Amino acid sequence: MDEVRFSFLKLVAMTENRVSFTLDSTLETVDSAEQTATRIAGEMGFGDEEIMQISMAVREACVNAVLHGNAYDPEKKVKLDFETTSQGLVITIRDQGKGLDPARIPDPLAPENLLKTSGRGIFLIRSFMDEVQIQPSQTGTEIKLVKRAPGASGGTKEISQ
Amino acid sequence: MSMKTSTRQVDGVAIVDCSGRITLGEGSVILRDAVRDLLGKGQKKILLNLGDVNYIDSSGIGELVSAFTTVRNQGGELKLLNLTKKVHDLLQITKLYTVFDVKDDEAAAVKAFK
Repeated sequence: MDEVRFSFLKLVAMTENRVSFTLDSTLETVDSAEQTATRIAGEMGFGDEEIMQISMAVREACVNAVLHGNAYDPEKKVKLDFETTSQGLVITIRDQGKGLDPARIPDPLAPENLLKTSGRGIFLIRSFMDEVQIQPSQTGTEIKLVKRAPGASGGTKEISQ
Repeated sequence: MSMKTSTRQVDGVAIVDCSGRITLGEGSVILRDAVRDLLGKGQKKILLNLGDVNYIDSSGIGELVSAFTTVRNQGGELKLLNLTKKVHDLLQITKLYTVFDVKDDEAAAVKAFK
């Protein structure tokens, strides 16, 4: 965790509105990523409910990257970027796995899937964020999450893949 | 705060008081072990008190579903007690709120077991 914090702090010093760091493919770094998301969202002035949504979305995306993308491979890393833009908070999570095809994710709300014990992560991410873009490739999956800044004009929630 | 459970017996119902986070890894495993332990002892009326569970992720939700179906498949019943707003909201958006039998009064919950 210290390593994560160190790399995070190092990059804070480099840019004003963007922080990036590299995570090992472990559950411990997922916790660190969640905690960092909570802190950044708090600093941006999001309310408690939105902070919880952002931190949970980051957690779920990182869990997907560590488990399903990198499959705990110690040679593979997860890249995590937080950027404050005119849109709000833009978070990008990139793994080095085989690529997640969003079209093949079953609908967890379908009656036949309701009692499944997994498959709700992407659904929760889409529920909590204003925009979600998933870009799979043969060298990994990139998921981009956007939460509009507190007080920003709303508009229709967009979900794209 | 990591996940903790303690179990007490009330009128033939095992009440599992849970606290902390039910998340991928330790939290989910602790819940799974607690339920398996009870089933192994023949205890099939299980009430999960989630009043002090302040966080649950998709893996934790999956663990609740797993506990529910495992107990039911063995001819038992599993109910949920005292959901926090966060857990309540998550079960609502995942359409699981109506799948589980959710109670907010312990005495009534115990009586509701067959």
